[in-house]
Amino acid sequence: MSETTLAPVKARGAPFRVMPGFKLSLGFTLFYLALIVLIPLSSVFLKTFTMTWEAFFNAVTSERVMASYRLTFGASLIAALLNVIFGGILAWVLVRYKFPGKRIIDALVDLPFALPTAVAGITLTALYSSNGWFGQFIEGVLGIKVAFTPLGVVVALTFIGLPFVVRTVQPVLEDAEKELEEAAASLGANSLQTFTRVIFPTILPSLLTGFALAFARATGEYGSVIFIAGNMPMVSEITPLFIITKLEQYDYAGATAIAVVMLVISFLLLLTINLLQAWTRGKGKK
Amino acid sequence: MTTKVSAVATVEDALPKARHVKPAVGPVVLEPLWVRTVLITVALLFLTAFLIVPLVAVFAEAFKKGWEAYVAAIIDPDAISAIKLTLITAAIAVPLNLVFGVAASWCIAKFEFRGKSILLTLIDLPFSVSPVISGLIYVLMFGAQGWFGPWLQAHDIKILFAVPGIVLATIFITFPFVARELIPLMQSQGSEEEEAALVLGASGWNTFRRVTLPNIKWGLLYGVILCNARAMGEFGAVSVVSGHIRGETNTMPLQVEILYNEYNFAAAFAVASLLALLALVTLALKAFIEWRLNESDADDSALRSTEH
Repeated sequence: MSETTLAPVKARGAPFRVMPGFKLSLGFTLFYLALIVLIPLSSVFLKTFTMTWEAFFNAVTSERVMASYRLTFGASLIAALLNVIFGGILAWVLVRYKFPGKRIIDALVDLPFALPTAVAGITLTALYSSNGWFGQFIEGVLGIKVAFTPLGVVVALTFIGLPFVVRTVQPVLEDAEKELEEAAASLGANSLQTFTRVIFPTILPSLLTGFALAFARATGEYGSVIFIAGNMPMVSEITPLFIITKLEQYDYAGATAIAVVMLVISFLLLLTINLLQAWTRGKGKK
Repeated sequence: MTTKVSAVATVEDALPKARHVKPAVGPVVLEPLWVRTVLITVALLFLTAFLIVPLVAVFAEAFKKGWEAYVAAIIDPDAISAIKLTLITAAIAVPLNLVFGVAASWCIAKFEFRGKSILLTLIDLPFSVSPVISGLIYVLMFGAQGWFGPWLQAHDIKILFAVPGIVLATIFITFPFVARELIPLMQSQGSEEEEAALVLGASGWNTFRRVTLPNIKWGLLYGVILCNARAMGEFGAVSVVSGHIRGETNTMPLQVEILYNEYNFAAAFAVASLLALLALVTLALKAFIEWRLNESDADDSALRSTEH
């Protein structure tokens, strides 16, 4: 204890640590973090301080930008909900059942993380446009246009968010205690009751976390959406694209104001996700 | 039946983290056959429609006009220069974020200090920022109207709409990858082994090189692979800062966009197929490393159970 000139606080119950490199590693971490992330990110907020309140308000509530919020958040919501349903089923199937090709499928789930968004964008557009493999069928049979409509945005965002729910629910299902299910079954619960009363409450926090992660990713998504959306102002123009449009018109202040709104929403989502993850861990410990 | 049940329990207890290790028997409570069939069918149909068909479509579109058109599209000088720029960008961004990841996980996993959870949140920050905004921040810093714009112009240094801007935006986007893989790994490993080495007189650097590095190598590689895939594939952020100068500031994803917007679909998909191939290699390596990590996990827990 006499040598505690080092900055680290002693770990609970652990003996005094002789580990070197605390100042060097923390110093470098903070320096690099400030240089790459914090200073550049702060420029967004500082830039908006140069605007008057009225100009800021007008920039973030114009009719065209309001339409883009509705599309971005509406489509993200639908896509995240689709991912909860299908991602939940996928996680369930991957954890509990055996079938041929399971390991390859498990690895493939991460494809939307690994595939560059521009590639996803042009491929989905090719598939869902009027003469594409899916598009000609959907248009011919159902008479619905997918590509170059808001529906196309939902398709792209569903693709992008696919891995989140699967990857958050999977480990929780794997760790779920089989004993509880057995107990429920031996006490006479049928499989539906076992699911709703025992399994579902256990995986609920992870489903919500996956939903929030998919939603957060979808709201900021750009590359996969712009090809399939058609990008018509007021109809199929997402907010990130509108920021770029403003930039191309050299309206830096306008672009930055919208960016601030999006950033604040992302930070709120990040906070929600952290709380949800804490809840998931708490559930797991019980 | 009861012996089988306890066998499951012990295997699962021994391998709390093993993800791909199959339990000795299936789940004890099994749904009726029709439920299982329906669920598996729904899952596979969804996966086929959203993942497998698009993947096949990339290559089908790329080869639509034949092998020769494919090769011609890839050896096109603009495509080659896009490939070069993508490789250069990743070659700068990935090592920098690797060094950062190791430093960050060292101080977070091996020491206790105030504000640690804030630091962890800040490291994850770039993941929650839209790629477009990630590009925008560098426009605000280095653009003509930006903080350093006038100074850079006076000294004739180009960052925005040039290679440095692309590299910076890529570093920002891929910032958390290595750190986020290493931090939980190093936290779970603790520091007993390093302490033993230090007490026995090893220097800090030697301890890191001989003790820590072998322990974290698979996790490190995992982070690097994911970081690299994103660095090579990033589109939104790079698109904002690149300026889209053909043959100069176009990365592969930007080249795909340009070709596509010129209705040169076969060429766009040819370049895209290279990126899809990169994604497949990434997934294969990732699966392999996960398998390795599980193996070493299993070894560790086997070791622990014999020790106690």
